Amino acid sequence: MLSLDLLLNAIVAGILLGGFYAAVSLGISVAFGLLDIVNIAHPVFVVLGSYIAYALNSALGLDPLLTGLLGVPVFFALGVVVYRLYYASFEKTGEESLRGLVFFFGLLFIIEVALLLVYGVDYRMVEAAYIGDSLHIGSVGIALRLLVPCLVGIGMTVALYLVLSRTFWGRAIMAVSQDSQALRLMGANPVRIKTIAFGLSIATASLAGALLIVIGPVEPSIGREYIGRVFAIAVLGGMGSIGGTLAAGLILGVVETFTATYYGPSWALAVSFGILLVVLAVRPAGLFGR
Amino acid sequence: MKKGLPLLIAVGVLLAALVATRLVGNRYLYFAGYVIFQYVVLATAWNILGGYTGYVNFGTAGFFALGAYTATVLILAFKAPLPVQIVAGGLVSAVLGLGIGYLTLRLRGVFFSIATLALALVLQTFVMNWEYVGGAKGVSIIRPAAFPPFASYVEFLFFVMAALAVVSAMAAWWIENSWVGRGLAAIRDNEEAAECMGVPTLRLKLLATVVSGCFMGVAGAPFPYYVTLVEPVSAFSLDYAVNSLAMPMIGGTTTWIGPIVGAILLSTAQQVATVTISSELNLLIVGIVLVAFVLLAPQGIVGLVQRLAGRRRA
Repeated sequence: MLSLDLLLNAIVAGILLGGFYAAVSLGISVAFGLLDIVNIAHPVFVVLGSYIAYALNSALGLDPLLTGLLGVPVFFALGVVVYRLYYASFEKTGEESLRGLVFFFGLLFIIEVALLLVYGVDYRMVEAAYIGDSLHIGSVGIALRLLVPCLVGIGMTVALYLVLSRTFWGRAIMAVSQDSQALRLMGANPVRIKTIAFGLSIATASLAGALLIVIGPVEPSIGREYIGRVFAIAVLGGMGSIGGTLAAGLILGVVETFTATYYGPSWALAVSFGILLVVLAVRPAGLFGR
Repeated sequence: MKKGLPLLIAVGVLLAALVATRLVGNRYLYFAGYVIFQYVVLATAWNILGGYTGYVNFGTAGFFALGAYTATVLILAFKAPLPVQIVAGGLVSAVLGLGIGYLTLRLRGVFFSIATLALALVLQTFVMNWEYVGGAKGVSIIRPAAFPPFASYVEFLFFVMAALAVVSAMAAWWIENSWVGRGLAAIRDNEEAAECMGVPTLRLKLLATVVSGCFMGVAGAPFPYYVTLVEPVSAFSLDYAVNSLAMPMIGGTTTWIGPIVGAILLSTAQQVATVTISSELNLLIVGIVLVAFVLLAPQGIVGLVQRLAGRRRA
């Protein structure tokens, strides 16, 4: 039963999907892993990015990846506003565990329903030269609409890793995540650094959203399918480890593709949930956690 | 006297519901009333864990639908009577709560919330692939015949849901005023300190999760007879998750009366709004009201009223 072609194709498709999953999860690894902000609305920001790419693509014919890049500063500003509101209302008073979560849930809900009211329940897609083509290496087919998001996702991971490890602000963000109290004693303002870090995490959603709509058609509630995935990846990768996020994304991509190939596509959604529960039960620190 | 009062109110509500079935002729009111009482149960159940302990459950739809599908299976397999369905629905959802709670509550509470977020979607996938209960297209259920003193089976369901609302409110009242409630409040305020003082935090958290999940399943069990067509999209609707969380947040989370106030206000408003304006817009309003309350009035309506009353007295 186990044909080699099917196996090879599943592995390749899984790796391609995994690079894209990493792109969607990077924002969560920064917000949840490094800053301890449980932004469950992150997938819906990604979907918002998809709709912006769709709107600019259908109106002006802009390439979705270009609109994703153009959206980065806008989403950064959006993240700054959201964090300021979150900090002033919840984090400052230590209310983040219950009310902060509910706040993000409400945000998720408002954005999703607003998209539903504006664009309806129909699936939307973008047009670009590379969507629809595919490469063939031997018996393995590589669809460009999967290859491009995977490469961009890996590029985003490398870029974020370099920002966090090489730049001044990146190191400041790592310092906040390790010990924000000590940072305060050094005379730095953790809130300002966290604002920038959260802006960065939302900024990744703009590009990830463009990738999401390149991979396939998008509808307003598609973000829900990604909530389980992004948190499973963030936890499996080891909370805040950027390299771990990519590794966990690839693992989830391959396991999901295998499940879809051998058991049926509808079961793929259950994989991330299973991984999340198993990791929490067996090794909560994840693969690359400290 | 303070102990007798809730019991008196409970009996009063039930008598009023019974009398209503004799007097009110408009059948729509039973359907609407059923939904309002159902949300009283769901909001109260959510609050037992979320309000008293501070652990947020996003998976109400999963627990609710599990109760509904347990009842569906019992109807299809044995034509089991409604009380059996309700007990079984509650038990199955309680076991789910125990399982999820045991795996995630030992760590940080936020993992519990994340797991419950993914839970409804996964359960829905299982049901969609399960042919016995109709898969994605659902299964129709035939309501039993009406029996006296009820003129129709829907009136009976309305009365049953009123009774379940009363039972759940009394359970919440009892928890709040017993050592269990004090332990849960200690966990909410400072879990580490509570653990150090000898409060069995994990066991209490699990107990709250089980009771909360149980009542959500109980609320879902009469669902098949109410809708008569059980299908995954409506049974797992996100409305349940949003409403069961928004109602206590709007009403007030620290007392048993808060979720009831929130449930009655919000679900009555929704019943009116769904008829007069679109249902999507109505959900958008719920979301905005929820965020507004979380940002501006964290103690909910009950908290606002208490503050006003306190100011007048002072």
